[in-house]
Amino acid sequence: MPESDSNKRRQRTSRDENATTLLTELVAHLREYRTDLRQEWAQRITKARLLTAMTEEEVFTEATAVYDQYVEALETGTFEALQAYARNLSERIIPRGVETDEVVGIVLLLRDVLARSLFAKYQHDFSTLNRILDAYEPAANRIANTVAVGFVQERERIIREQQEAIRELSTPVLQVRERLLILPIIGAIDPHRARQLTEQLLHGIRATRGKVVVIDLTGVAAVDSSIANHLVQTVEASRLLGATVIVTGLSPAIAQTLVNIGVDLGKMNTVGDLQGGIEQAERLLGYKVVPTTQEDAATPASH
Amino acid sequence: MKQAEDNNFSISAQITCAEDVVVARQRGRTLARAMGFSPSDATLIAAAISELARNIVRYADRGELLLGKSEDGMLFVIARDNGPGIADVEAALRPGWSTSGGLGMGLPGVKRISDYFEIVSNAHGTTVTMRKRKR
Amino acid sequence: MAVPILKQGDVLIASIQSALTDVDLVALRDALVEQVASHRTRGVIVDVTALDVMDSFASRTLRDLAHMIRLRGARTVIVGIQPDVAFAMVQLGLTLENIPTALDLEEGLAFLSAVRHAR
Repeated sequence: MPESDSNKRRQRTSRDENATTLLTELVAHLREYRTDLRQEWAQRITKARLLTAMTEEEVFTEATAVYDQYVEALETGTFEALQAYARNLSERIIPRGVETDEVVGIVLLLRDVLARSLFAKYQHDFSTLNRILDAYEPAANRIANTVAVGFVQERERIIREQQEAIRELSTPVLQVRERLLILPIIGAIDPHRARQLTEQLLHGIRATRGKVVVIDLTGVAAVDSSIANHLVQTVEASRLLGATVIVTGLSPAIAQTLVNIGVDLGKMNTVGDLQGGIEQAERLLGYKVVPTTQEDAATPASH
Repeated sequence: MKQAEDNNFSISAQITCAEDVVVARQRGRTLARAMGFSPSDATLIAAAISELARNIVRYADRGELLLGKSEDGMLFVIARDNGPGIADVEAALRPGWSTSGGLGMGLPGVKRISDYFEIVSNAHGTTVTMRKRKR
Repeated sequence: MAVPILKQGDVLIASIQSALTDVDLVALRDALVEQVASHRTRGVIVDVTALDVMDSFASRTLRDLAHMIRLRGARTVIVGIQPDVAFAMVQLGLTLENIPTALDLEEGLAFLSAVRHAR
C-alpha cells in the first residue's frame, strides 16, 4: 500500500529527530569521557610517531583544542569555527615543519579513537550502534576533510608568499651595456608576474636611462591573449619612456597569438634570437661590432 | 581621513570646478595607497577618478564623487550628477583607435581597468559606478 | 598656476608641476603656441616628470599642442613620463600617437638637435 505524503513527512521528521537525539547523546558521551579519550588519542599520536616536531606539552595543548573543536563541530553541525581553527593551527605548525600527512593522520586517529569508544559503549545494542554511527560518520568525515583542506590551503598560501618574495628580490632586468637592457623571460607567465615584469622593466629603464630594451621570449613557449596584450602594452609603455624595444625569440605560437589580437608584427621590432637582438640593439646605440683577428684573441683585451 | 582598515567607509567630494578634479584624484590616490593598492594601480585609479570628475565639471557643472572601500574589500568610486545626461551611452563606451574614442569622456578606458563598471544616464542625470580590487 | 617656460637657444622648455588643472594645461598649450610663433623656436620640450596622472584630456591636449606647434614649423618632445604613469596610460588605452617622447630633458634636447641636423 503506497504511503501517504503526510506519513512520509512524519517518518522523515522522526528520523531527523532521532538523528539529533543520537548526536546529542554522542556529544554528551564524548564530553563525559573527554579526559580518557584525549589521553588515548595523545598516546596513539606518539605511537604513530606523528607531530615529532612538537614538544609533549605542545601536542597536549593542541590536542585539547582539537578535541574540543571536534566535539563542538559534531554538536553544532557547523564547521566555520573548526575551519578557522584549522587555518590558525596550520599557520603555527607549518613553520615548525609539520607535514600534511601528520595533520591528516592525527585527525583520523581521533576519529578512530572516538569510533572505538562508541563501539565499546553500544556493543550490546547493535541497532543503536548502527544508528549512532549513521549520525557520527558523515560528521566525522566532514571534520577530517575540513581540517585537511584548511591545512593544505594554508600551506599553499605560505608557498605562494615565499615565491612572491623570491620573485621580488630577483631583478630580471639586466643591463648589459650602457643604455642597453635585456629582459629574458622564462617559463609560464601569469597576469601577476606579467605586471611585475613590466613594472620592473619600466623602472629599470628610468633608473639606468635605458635607450634600447631587448625582451627575450625564447624561454616562453606560448601565452594566452591577455598576456600577449600585456606584452604589447609593455612595448608601448617603454616607448613612452623613450626606449626602443626589440622582441626576440618569438615562437610561432606566440606570433600567432599576437596576430590574433590584432598586432601588426611588421610594426613590432622582432628578431629571431637573443644574439641577433643584442647586435641590432648595439647598432641602434651606435656601437660598432668589430670581429677579432687570431692575434687579438691571443692577447687580453684592453677595456 | 578615516583609517582604511575600517570597513564600509566613504569620502564624499563636491565637484564644481577644475581644482576639484585635481583634489579628487589626489584623494583617490591616497585612498588607494592606504588600502594597499600598488603605486601603479593607485595611479590608474587616480586617472579614472580624473576622467569621471572632469565629466561632471564639463557636462553637468556640479556633482558629487564618492570614494570608499566596499564590503568585499574593493575600492569603489561613484560619480553622480544631475546634468542633462549622455545622449548615446553606447557611443560613449565605444573604444576608439587613434582618437580618444568614447566621445572624449575617457569612459572606455575607465571601464577597461575596472573590475565592475556601471553607468546610468538619463535626462535627470548620470551616475557612474566603478569598483576595483587589489591585485 | 602658470607653468614656467624657459628659453634655451631656439628651444622652449616647459616643466609641468603636479597639481595641474585642465585650465592650467590649456593655458600652457596656448602660451607655448604663442611663444613659438613670436620667437624663432625650432623645438619645444614639455617636461612631465612631476605629472602624477595622465588622463584622456591631458593626452589629447598634449597632442593638440604638438600639432599646433608643428603647424608653426617646430617640433615637440614630451619628456619625463613616469613609469607608473606610462603603464597607466597604456592600460587605459591612451596614446600620444606620433608625438616623440624621451626619457628626460637631456634626451629630449638630443632628439631635437638630431632632428635639426637631419634637415
